[in-house]
Amino acid sequence: MSFENRFNSDEIGSSIIELKNVSRQFGTQQVLRDITMQVYSGETLVLIGESGCGKSVMMKLMMGLLESSSGDVLWNGVPIAGRSDGELVQDRLRFGFLFQGAALFDSMSVFENVAFGLRQNTKMSEEYIRHSVMNRIQDVGLSAASASKMPSQLSGGMRKRVGLARAMALMPDIILYDEPTTGLDPIMTDVINTLILKTRSRRPVTSVVVTHEMSTVRKVADRVLMFYPLSRLQPGEPQIVFEGTPEQAFSSLDPRVSQFVYGEARDRLEELAAA
Amino acid sequence: MPGLCCFGVSRIGLPLISPSAVDFASQFPHFHGRDAVSTASTADSRNLIHSLGGETIRFVEGLGDLALFTLTTLRWMTRGLPRRSVVLQSMYEVGVRSIGVVLITGMFIGMVLAVQGYEQFHLMRMETRIGAVINIALVKELGPVLAATMLAGRVGSAMAAELGTMRVTEQIDALRALGANPYQYLVVPRFLACFLLIPLLTAFADAIGIFGGWLLSTQVLGVDSAFYWHHSLDYVAAYDVLTGLLKSMFFGAAIAVISCHRGFNCGAGAEGVGRAATESFVLSFVAILVTDFFVTIFTTHLYYVIWPAPVSLL
Repeated sequence: MSFENRFNSDEIGSSIIELKNVSRQFGTQQVLRDITMQVYSGETLVLIGESGCGKSVMMKLMMGLLESSSGDVLWNGVPIAGRSDGELVQDRLRFGFLFQGAALFDSMSVFENVAFGLRQNTKMSEEYIRHSVMNRIQDVGLSAASASKMPSQLSGGMRKRVGLARAMALMPDIILYDEPTTGLDPIMTDVINTLILKTRSRRPVTSVVVTHEMSTVRKVADRVLMFYPLSRLQPGEPQIVFEGTPEQAFSSLDPRVSQFVYGEARDRLEELAAA
Repeated sequence: MPGLCCFGVSRIGLPLISPSAVDFASQFPHFHGRDAVSTASTADSRNLIHSLGGETIRFVEGLGDLALFTLTTLRWMTRGLPRRSVVLQSMYEVGVRSIGVVLITGMFIGMVLAVQGYEQFHLMRMETRIGAVINIALVKELGPVLAATMLAGRVGSAMAAELGTMRVTEQIDALRALGANPYQYLVVPRFLACFLLIPLLTAFADAIGIFGGWLLSTQVLGVDSAFYWHHSLDYVAAYDVLTGLLKSMFFGAAIAVISCHRGFNCGAGAEGVGRAATESFVLSFVAILVTDFFVTIFTTHLYYVIWPAPVSLL
């Protein structure tokens, strides 16, 4: 199948996703303003920032699930705007997306959830699908018995792992993790962190992780971008307030960055009470 | 100050006037500064007209959005049908599981027509004619509308809630991420199920209603069975039954499109899902009655086009 060796076509280090002056607003509310950034092939990029600063929107823009209000999103240097619906759907299969709440299909079992992408996009035999799905389920540390369970029977950590197995089923080159550890206990958080690392060691994938969890930043990040909510910025100030390695983030002298990475309220409570 | 003023205007729910207010403010910055009281009173006096205009525009926008949604659905229907298992599941949910409630309500509507009609006809000593009235009312109006109402209540709001939940929990995005088109995968099967199965549900409602009316009239109220059927056959033509069934297909399409559209545009959280379910029923019901009116006018005219002479006015 063509998708299995597709990732070889990207040179390590080339720009695989690029955003050029991208803005996005919902109704009258602007969430992202004039964002320019790149994701390089093979890296693990972590996006941090307060809730509501547009990180999840960024991920959906990167994958073409949302359209930008202005500016261009490029995949391998080609704007996605020019592609037909069919091409867009086909190219989007290079991405795996782990959704915030896992977004498992409620009406399907774990097995059917993981098999969905294969059934939808390939003509594989039932036997091959079974084999492939069970491998994915084992990759994320779930037992074969859990394959027949329904999503409502799973714990939060299991749901996230099934979501990860589903995102990996089509062997994507790029995996986008939207808050993969939010709502999990510290041990499960580290399990997910380890899975992110293991995924990368198994195959040369590009990863983009949105998170609030600094342990994830420490453990998986090659490069960190920090976003700031537009409402806290003056007009014209760039929305990306930090770019660098995790070490640089922890030693940053920018009060906005250090406040976030060390999790300090400072005068925020007074500010909120006054508003 | 001008900025604050515009913010106030948009906060009271009139987003549509804020762009012009911004232009105005930037052109005449002194206006707001000089006479704040008069601006405030202008804003107040604009309220009623603008909220009326705002509502009207929202309504037209909603209608246009629904039309686009319908077109997209129809376009995806022509690009190959969804998998059989998905359609069959929808059909089971829409058709098979609605039979019970349609039979019960159909039975009672037939019986209540008999009770209501009997008194009047009895006064005129024409109670044998009651069958004609019951049956023509059932096949032309009550059967289709009743089946559609039951479908809107039982299936329509459930579809809106289900798709709404999928929207809120990002399952619709997940479908797209995995290469499936949400219209093709979610809307088309539901549309087909409603559109194709509602005539059958209507036929069930008609049949059980006819039976209920007959049962009460002849077995309880003592109308002669032979005359009951004789008069019914005189009045009820195949054309009436068929237009009733045809009409119901419009209702089915309206229910499916409206409910799926509400689900797709569901607001955040449990509240949004609840509202989508309620709205889908209310809007479906309105749509049923409005399309009923127009389709009935059309089929009535069509009758005289096909059979130009007034056939029987006795």
